[in-house]
Amino acid sequence: MKVEQISVFLENKPGTLEHATRILKENNINIRTLSLAETADFGILRLIVNDVEKTNKVLREAGFRVSKTVVVAVEVPDQPGGLHSIMEVLNRETINVEYLYAFVEKSGLNAVIIFRFDAPEKAIEVLLKHKFTVVPGSKLYEF
Amino acid sequence: MMYNDEFETLPREALKALQIKRLQQVLQRVCATVCFYKKSFAAAKISPDAIRSLEDLKKLPFTTREDLRNNYPFGLFAVPMSNIVRLHASSGTSGRSSVFSYTRRDLDTWTDLTARSLAAAGLTKNDMVHNAFGYGLLPGGLGLHYGIEKIGASVIPISDGNTKRQITILQDFGPTVLCATPSFALHLAEEGRAMGVDMQSLQLRVGIFGAELWSNATRDAIEDAFNIKALNIFGLSEMMGPGIAMECLEGRRGMHIYEDHFIVETIHPETGDVLPEGEEGELVFTSLTREAFPLVRYRSGEISRLIPEPCRCGRTHIRMERVLKRSDDMLTIRGINIFPAQVEAILKAIDGVEPDYQLIIDKVGALDAVELHVEVGEKFFGEAGGVKELQTIEKRIVKDMKDYLSISPRVKLVAPQTLKESGKKVIDRRTI
Repeated sequence: MKVEQISVFLENKPGTLEHATRILKENNINIRTLSLAETADFGILRLIVNDVEKTNKVLREAGFRVSKTVVVAVEVPDQPGGLHSIMEVLNRETINVEYLYAFVEKSGLNAVIIFRFDAPEKAIEVLLKHKFTVVPGSKLYEF
Repeated sequence: MMYNDEFETLPREALKALQIKRLQQVLQRVCATVCFYKKSFAAAKISPDAIRSLEDLKKLPFTTREDLRNNYPFGLFAVPMSNIVRLHASSGTSGRSSVFSYTRRDLDTWTDLTARSLAAAGLTKNDMVHNAFGYGLLPGGLGLHYGIEKIGASVIPISDGNTKRQITILQDFGPTVLCATPSFALHLAEEGRAMGVDMQSLQLRVGIFGAELWSNATRDAIEDAFNIKALNIFGLSEMMGPGIAMECLEGRRGMHIYEDHFIVETIHPETGDVLPEGEEGELVFTSLTREAFPLVRYRSGEISRLIPEPCRCGRTHIRMERVLKRSDDMLTIRGINIFPAQVEAILKAIDGVEPDYQLIIDKVGALDAVELHVEVGEKFFGEAGGVKELQTIEKRIVKDMKDYLSISPRVKLVAPQTLKESGKKVIDRRTI
């Protein structure tokens, strides 16, 4: 039920992000969703892509530091309170969220929230117990 | 003004006779008590008895910083620990720093020599001295401290740091003498002005500066900032600490080397050949009177030139020009000496970084600022890949640099392979 996210270390200097996106374009990689974490000195680009292995390979070959990070995707109706319904449960079960980002599905009916947890296994168990839709990687990459 | 007229004005012939007598004694002693010297003299097939004149000195092998490290921590001590009353050490991780030891008599000698240096700057018991050299394991602060007390002047052992407090004390106590690194002195002046203090109207009249490379332009800037006379002091931790040589108020050109306690030679840094007096080269020192830690022909790495002409102050001891460069890759950052290899050793011990690094040194205001660029390790990023983990690494590097080298760099993590391309481990943008 887990999803693999590609994390790319970006040095804080002009042109780094452009270099990364160019590599993705040249290799015909489609980004499903992304987020960029930044600090004063560096950034980390987080990508959900259609082809995890290929992305990993081509970015490495281009000289980037890349890692595959386990995240969890949860589908909720795209309406007020959607995200909150998840947070309520996580809070009650004391599941810690490291970071999250989201996108709206093409149909426009549902939103998908990508979570990074300290303990993804436990989080999935809790989410399933509370009848949330956890989207497996295989499905998410093909969205 | 002289602290020890007799020895400071000893005629050159008498001085040389004293040097050879003391040299022969120290050579016999190190050969008998320091395993390293016994071996290195044997390897060079030379016995102390063969050294009959100062000319013969060049037959002896050099002692290098590498030798000091190889004998870390106590291998070069010439007396048992029971006779040692003080230890000092340079910065660095285990095996990469050097340890210096002193007997009671060594401390007395050191105190006398720093007292000489202070007297050369015109100090008397009526002075109050703001001593902003660092107190601690490095020998700067404490070395001068005892000389100041010996002169009978009042010492404020303020050490380095705490700039605002220092400015308050300069105003409230009214010291007449400032001892500091040149960059810290300029920093005090800048900060003082920023606090609205008229730094030219303090009670200060003279300053003693050293432990960094500094130019005449910097001297002019300091003299102007505080409205004082600025004098240059020379020290080598390996020889003793501050007080190996000192500029006199009368001459203000070049520092008199205390030749009754040290022999100085100039060598070609690459060939090791002894150069004629007055030519520029690396200075090599031999300690004549040290009991605990005598070094024979120690290569200081300092590039300078001896001034054989007599000085108008009346001292007969030879002078050395101010040191403006070095023969090795040693860096002095805020008065602390470090080597790139020490940085490398620190990084190697930290999981998650590659040993490829770049030190970028520049001035921010008057003070040295260091940026340390480090490549993110493959294994580390592959496993973690998060902001939190990378920031933990950054903090660890900053802390270890501070703990081992007393340097607080700004750490910047960079992409792989970027540093190899430039090929430079150190970029020093400072002008001295």
